[in-house]
Amino acid sequence: MTVIEAVSYPGALAPDRTRSVVSHGIRLAVHEWGEMEAPPVALAHGGFDFARTFDVFAPMLAEAGWRVVAWDQRGHGDSERAALYSWEADLRDAVAVVDSVTRDPLPIVGHSKGGGITVQFAAALPHRVSHLVNLDGLPSRRSMPDVSDHERTKLMAGELGTWLDFRRSALGRSRKPGTIDELAERRGRMNPRLSREWLLYLVTVGGRKDPDGWRWKIDPALRMGGFGPWRAQWAMARLPGLSMPLLAVLGLQPEAMGSGTQPIDIEPNLPPGARVVGLEDTGHFVHIEQPRRVADLVLDFLGSPR
Amino acid sequence: MSVSGDATVRVRHSQIELALHRLRDADGRPLLHLHGLGERSPVAVPDHLAAWPGPVWALDFTGHGVSGMPVGGGYFCELLMADVDAALAHLGAATLYGRGLGAYVALLTAGARPELVRGAILDDGPGLRGGGTEPTTPYVLPEPLDTPGPPDPYALFELSHDVRPADYATTYARQAATLSGLDVALAVSARVRPPWLAAVAAEPGVREVDRAGAVALFAVS
Repeated sequence: MTVIEAVSYPGALAPDRTRSVVSHGIRLAVHEWGEMEAPPVALAHGGFDFARTFDVFAPMLAEAGWRVVAWDQRGHGDSERAALYSWEADLRDAVAVVDSVTRDPLPIVGHSKGGGITVQFAAALPHRVSHLVNLDGLPSRRSMPDVSDHERTKLMAGELGTWLDFRRSALGRSRKPGTIDELAERRGRMNPRLSREWLLYLVTVGGRKDPDGWRWKIDPALRMGGFGPWRAQWAMARLPGLSMPLLAVLGLQPEAMGSGTQPIDIEPNLPPGARVVGLEDTGHFVHIEQPRRVADLVLDFLGSPR
Repeated sequence: MSVSGDATVRVRHSQIELALHRLRDADGRPLLHLHGLGERSPVAVPDHLAAWPGPVWALDFTGHGVSGMPVGGGYFCELLMADVDAALAHLGAATLYGRGLGAYVALLTAGARPELVRGAILDDGPGLRGGGTEPTTPYVLPEPLDTPGPPDPYALFELSHDVRPADYATTYARQAATLSGLDVALAVSARVRPPWLAAVAAEPGVREVDRAGAVALFAVS
């Protein structure tokens, strides 16, 4: 019996090159589209995502004359799994990947958590970033549930206990296997506006086939958590001081994975000359859902690559 | 997990093997010692804890002492809280004694596992302050830190910069106070009071008391 494993999707192109960068001892998979000699632009994916979600978006930038460099964050996609994961470690990894491309300033595009990390990158190393594009990666206080202190205490206690239970059982855990269709259906719950064909394609590049079925490649020790000292306003507080041109694209359709941030939440914090574009009919994964529209916004913002 | 000849138990926290040292064998509820940033477990029961009537154990955090060292860093205090939880999975209910960083981690654990933590003593020690109540100017380590450990140089860097908002710390204190069923869930013995600890010390269910008094307080409860 022949099983069709490769799924195609209109406009989706595998990277022209894949290579490795070792960041602080962890091997990262780097995926590139476009000519090696073209000016580079770096793409940072979001938490629990992977670089090949750029398979439609990145070729559009490459076609316009850019060398597009994306990487799988540690524990995600084809990158090595680590014992520990943190925001600071992801930021160091981002710098290691960019170091492998150029020491000159370059444009950086980040989605969701990748957007938050690249805002911090730009704030820490302004001499390395020529333009910053943030794709629905600016959480605001709006996303915090409005509950009483007492309720919050109980909610957080429950969340902490669940997370600790998960840590106790993280070793040897594996992700649930399934058919390509089943994994596509699961992803579709987070990306309700994507076509079935697009979702099937994402499974074949973000998953791997084991003897008992397909699994997402992401480290099963990673788990989304809703606690920690971090505050949305801290990321927002980095915006006014940014020195490079900033484009923020917001997906305005409410979604479980989204932050719910509205233009009015970030406008008071924008550095001079920044642009904000809200996409009314688009969810959190703006570049996956509307690759052409977002690529055109980014290309217009960056100008000619030469 | 296994017990080796020197009374050190190996407990697993995901990929990391942690060293849990038995400093004194006895009946009763254990006291678990949590060291400060860059430190390791003491080799014997410290004098100021000698009055504890039960067994005394000490945990080496990830990247410290003879516990495992991860590649590439990625430390945060909630992860060390899960280190302690891995030790509690072995010990059962225990009273915590934390120095510096260990005091903050003891607070987190007391709030997250109120049924397992039967009182926590928060004392002075390295890493008590952390990185303050708000992020500092961001800085990125440019090169791999290949200084030999332990302690893991990534732990020293990352756990001296972690942000500890006062209202985040008090959330854990309130959880410990309301969900543990103890009249006093936390004892603050530290003389140094960074903002997170000053806020915790002012919470209901928290007693400010010297070390000897703190040991006596939880020994009888």
